[in-house]
Amino acid sequence: MTHSAVVVGGNRTPFAKAGGPFAEASNHDLLTSALDGLVARYGLAGQRIGEVAAGAVLKHSRDFNLTREAVLSSPLSPATPACDLQQACGTGLETTIYIANKIRLGQIDSGIAGGVDSTSDAPIVVSDPLRRTLLKANAARSTKDRIAPFARVRPRHLKPQAPSVAEPRTGLSMGEHQALTTERWGITRDEQDEIAAASHHKLAAAWEDGFFDDLVTPYMGVARDAILRPDTTIEKLAALRPAFGGPDGTMTAGNSTALSDGAATALLANEDWAREHHLPVLARFVDAEVAAVDHPGGDDLLLGPIAAAGRLLARQGLTLDDFALIEIHEAFASTVATTLKAWDDEDYCRSLGLDSKLGTIDRAKLNVTGSSLAAGHPFAATGARIVPTLAKLLQQKGPGSKGLISMCAAGGQGVVAILEAV
Amino acid sequence: MSILEKAFYSPVGKAVSAKAGLKEPARLRRGRTWPEGPIVLASIGGGTVGAQTLELLGRAAESPIVDDGDAAPGYGARIGALVVDATEVTRIDQLEELRALLRPAVRAVEGSGRIVVLARPAAGDWESRSVARALDGINRTVAKELRKGATATLIRVAPDATPGDLVSSLGFVLQGRAAYVTGQCWTVAPGGVAVESLAETPLDGHVVVVTGAARGIGAAIARTLARDGASVVAVDIPPAGEQLAAVANEVGGTALQLDITAADAGATIAAHVAQRGESIHAIVHNAGITRDKMLVNTDAARWSSVLDVNLAAQLRINEVLLDPATEGGLADGGRIVGIASTSGIAGNKGQTNYAASKAGVAGLVTAMAPDLVDRGITVNAVAPGFIETEMTGKIPFVQREMFRRANSLDQGGKPVDVAETIGYLIDPDSQGVTGQVIRVCGQALVGQ
Repeated sequence: MTHSAVVVGGNRTPFAKAGGPFAEASNHDLLTSALDGLVARYGLAGQRIGEVAAGAVLKHSRDFNLTREAVLSSPLSPATPACDLQQACGTGLETTIYIANKIRLGQIDSGIAGGVDSTSDAPIVVSDPLRRTLLKANAARSTKDRIAPFARVRPRHLKPQAPSVAEPRTGLSMGEHQALTTERWGITRDEQDEIAAASHHKLAAAWEDGFFDDLVTPYMGVARDAILRPDTTIEKLAALRPAFGGPDGTMTAGNSTALSDGAATALLANEDWAREHHLPVLARFVDAEVAAVDHPGGDDLLLGPIAAAGRLLARQGLTLDDFALIEIHEAFASTVATTLKAWDDEDYCRSLGLDSKLGTIDRAKLNVTGSSLAAGHPFAATGARIVPTLAKLLQQKGPGSKGLISMCAAGGQGVVAILEAV
Repeated sequence: MSILEKAFYSPVGKAVSAKAGLKEPARLRRGRTWPEGPIVLASIGGGTVGAQTLELLGRAAESPIVDDGDAAPGYGARIGALVVDATEVTRIDQLEELRALLRPAVRAVEGSGRIVVLARPAAGDWESRSVARALDGINRTVAKELRKGATATLIRVAPDATPGDLVSSLGFVLQGRAAYVTGQCWTVAPGGVAVESLAETPLDGHVVVVTGAARGIGAAIARTLARDGASVVAVDIPPAGEQLAAVANEVGGTALQLDITAADAGATIAAHVAQRGESIHAIVHNAGITRDKMLVNTDAARWSSVLDVNLAAQLRINEVLLDPATEGGLADGGRIVGIASTSGIAGNKGQTNYAASKAGVAGLVTAMAPDLVDRGITVNAVAPGFIETEMTGKIPFVQREMFRRANSLDQGGKPVDVAETIGYLIDPDSQGVTGQVIRVCGQALVGQ
């Protein structure tokens, strides 16, 4: 027995640059705020929801039960269970898949998927030698034994370690990886700056239209995405110095996402349950696929979503032409450009085990209200930003309209999902 | 708090101001509470609507002490309220009977006690109409002479209005909900609804839309109406969303982030309500802004923004919600409440735009009310005086203290006082109250 899982709506905080207005807010604070706004929008105060699944990429060890604790801080019934889930930048979409699947199996009638990241409030850890010393001292029985381990501590051990966004197996940062991909696929600086400028302009227009009035709730006095630059131009972006790929690199701070703070949530439900509870039914969750590439073996780190999309479309018997709207997460402008190029590359697609290339798309269908370059990218939150946004856009397009979400994630992974307006 | 303000409220400051004749304001009885002492009922000329209404309210009534002109009359103990049924008073010599009832009662009434006179709307011959107006003068003066937070109210009961029609009004006035309403007069017409008693939670199962609900008076309205059972749709501009969400969650309602001046604001509100399978019982147009400047410095932008938010937006939204074709619109038997202001009634230096908008609201409700009687929809306004809010907290201290005390209760009102009056107006049992502007101002010295 399978049920229909639908997106009811969503809520997120505005997103802001790391060290900006949300610098003092923790993951717990941000996620709770996003839940508060969601509860208020749909009148869920005191209600028990089937399950809340959310996660954070940068997480303090004290936040082992981050989502459950946020639920307890929210107006939801304390009888609402929660779990933490993490799949790097794909987290917010993976939590959506998790909740939707439980709804489709009839295990729950309603659920909230979400994600949060505070790069401002990132955990700082001590070096491994110092950590081992502290653990040893803690386990010692006598004062002497407690003091002895510290004799081996050296000044260099005292340097705190901030989390890095480097891939553990290659030692390269995500930007350095993508710089290799950008060069390999021959993506030009112009193309990247064009994508970045368009992202800002489309997001700004959507804010002006009031599109986000029922998708975002202000937080700490910030009412709109703080990274957004409505007046940016291709010319201004062209003046920026390269940030990745050496002096001749084409990737800049303007066409790469900024480290961000923010949280996002999506309310999902069994379609019948949503109607019985007089909640909006924006779009049905159709299907999803996750894939991975061998980046330590030399594959492009952020092209994991290509195989995921190919396998998903094949399973559903769909082509790119069947989609009214397409959301490609803008980790970098060049991620979008390479994804589009890879979709249309017969050899590359076949090398992934797909029957054929996926083809091309009408650019007018792509990221129509902007994406991560303009909004910002609090890692785990982005998927839960895109899901309600796309669901609302599809509903406006009319019943049957389909949308595709493609998200790249660290570890060479890709998460892809399909929504369809009801 | 300024140094001056701190000094004023210090023990020394209080002692000095007491010597200077400034009274420590009384703590007002608030909420759904009845007077502590007995309710005394008197009738002049044999009217019975007062007695019957008190019976429906379940309040026992005692007989009055009448001043016979010889000995100084006294109740011996405090009384909670005096209700005078003066619905049969049409002659000047009958006013002496009222004096004889009021004299002992004004002396004996407890703190936050009530003097309530029930009368007819002006009608009949010259003398009768003159007497009707004389009662107004008496009410306003008694309100000024009462002390310790006691209030006086004149309710005009239309001749064919029943005791049931009067229940919600007399209940409101006697209870602490009317704490900051004094010296006022309004009319209760026949409502055609059978009312047997005063409801504790009259808004159970009713959807009420409150604009400007994120803070101050709007948040108090949301809380008070939710206490009375309403399912609240809390509306405010998107930048106020965080506080709005907190209010909506606190009252178990829903938050709708919306700029009420948007062309589709009415449709958006209706769609939000329709989505939930409901229709609106009441809309409270509380959202308002000020852009104060002396008229000589008031430009077109200051003028239009205030008139658009405070007045024009209401008109546009009402039009959409009143269209029977609008799903999620205002139900027949519904309620519309606007917020006028003493500034609109009396005028206020530096507020031409605001006074225009607020007087406009008062004009709007009196204009709309008769046209909607057939659909059972009532349209009223409340006119707050000086209310203690974040906004009035920004007025410089000396000026604020003057505003605060320039009324018969020697204090500013609280947001909840405005909210309680709105709750009374949108009570389904207040069917006969329409086209009224009720001031919640402690009988401010300015204005009517």
